[in-house]
Amino acid sequence: MKEIGVEQITSEVKRLCIKAACDLPVDVEKLIVHAAQTEESDFGRYAMEKVCRNVKIARENEAPMCQDTGMVIAFVEIGQDVHIVGGLLEDAINKGVSEGYVDGYLRKSTVIDPVLNRKNAGDNTPAIVYTTLVAGDELRITVMPKGAGSENMSKLKMLKPAEGLEGVKRFIVDAVVGAGGNPCPPTIVGVGIGGNADKAMLLSKVALRREAGAPNPDPAYAELERELLREINRSGVGPQGFGGRNTALAVQIETYPTHIATMPVAVTLNCHAARHKEVVL
Amino acid sequence: MAEAKQVVTPLTDDVVRSLKCGDMVNVTGVIYTGRDAAHKIMVEMLEKGERLPVDFQGQVIYYAGPTPAKPGRVIGSCGPTTSGRMDAYSPAMMEQGLKGMIGKGPRSKEVVDAMVKNNVVYFAAIGGAAALIADSVKECEVVAFDDLGPEAIRCLRVENYPCIVAIDSEGNNLYEQGVEQYKIAE
Repeated sequence: MKEIGVEQITSEVKRLCIKAACDLPVDVEKLIVHAAQTEESDFGRYAMEKVCRNVKIARENEAPMCQDTGMVIAFVEIGQDVHIVGGLLEDAINKGVSEGYVDGYLRKSTVIDPVLNRKNAGDNTPAIVYTTLVAGDELRITVMPKGAGSENMSKLKMLKPAEGLEGVKRFIVDAVVGAGGNPCPPTIVGVGIGGNADKAMLLSKVALRREAGAPNPDPAYAELERELLREINRSGVGPQGFGGRNTALAVQIETYPTHIATMPVAVTLNCHAARHKEVVL
Repeated sequence: MAEAKQVVTPLTDDVVRSLKCGDMVNVTGVIYTGRDAAHKIMVEMLEKGERLPVDFQGQVIYYAGPTPAKPGRVIGSCGPTTSGRMDAYSPAMMEQGLKGMIGKGPRSKEVVDAMVKNNVVYFAAIGGAAALIADSVKECEVVAFDDLGPEAIRCLRVENYPCIVAIDSEGNNLYEQGVEQYKIAE
């Protein structure tokens, strides 16, 4: 049994929040640079050049690459042989978020109630925490700040099994193309298929945690990802929706077994500032 | 690509008319930030017959909520937010003399119709290029709704703020024309 103190979790979450906001992962940057180099439209190239420069300025100045520093999603994989001591996991994470957003000059974007009292919480808490129990004695925390411009374009559909693969493809492509310039394309398209409604939505988020552009390990789904990416990029939406060839950078699918009567499909888009950082304790 | 046009704020009707869909521009002068919460409050004030905290005659509103400024900086990162969320409020703001909007993403038909009626221009900035954009902000002061935090109305003095005329005062729309041009038919 390994003990991990909550203070350590708090300080790591704080660090990851600031790092995620200012330092785009290299895997995402590679896809952006490629898009900038291959884009055919003048406006699209103009936008991508600015985006590439922005990534560098943000990293050098430790400035947030986007003013929407998001609501924080924390994926926590807890080894069964880990004992968290000194307090509660979620409290420790929220304390880290609060300190990171206040001390790191990040934007506080959470409101305390979604409908009746949209008052700013002032420290960007609470985070949305997903915990999974895994084997071993490590604690893995992935911090994914998610902006609302892309999050607002999320889609779920409970397809009938009879709609088949064609129905799945049409729904995903329509979701991305229909979002147009709103989610800051080119986007990374997270897709969750199977389970039930909430499982499919969660899978579409988990898909965005994968290394950007890394294919699904199942060759059939990897081929489907490539096919969907080609189809999406024929739409003409392009960078920022100005028209062009790069509407998405990657399509990433996660699946789960489902019920005989259903075929849930969920799409979550991540803007080109696809931020995530992780630590293993 | 053509060289960027210099646009100085506040905007006159002649300047608005001269700006055409697809023009690259550098905006210099005063612009006001305002987003969801500030728009909601202002439109409610107008419905009650109250005076707005800012006179928007000829002015440009920028849909943005910046990150806090680090010590020694004018402003934090300050890119555009999705304009579509302000669609419900924009026609009422145009009735107040608003001449320009800066944001990202397409607008509703109602907004475009109101732009044509009131001779207004919509500029698209580059979403997610917020650290870069911050460099063109030279002064920043909260002028209304301080309690809204990032959603307060800020008066910004900008120099050479880069954007594109996405929808002009005749309703020509880059989000439609550009996509049509690059769409690959079935």
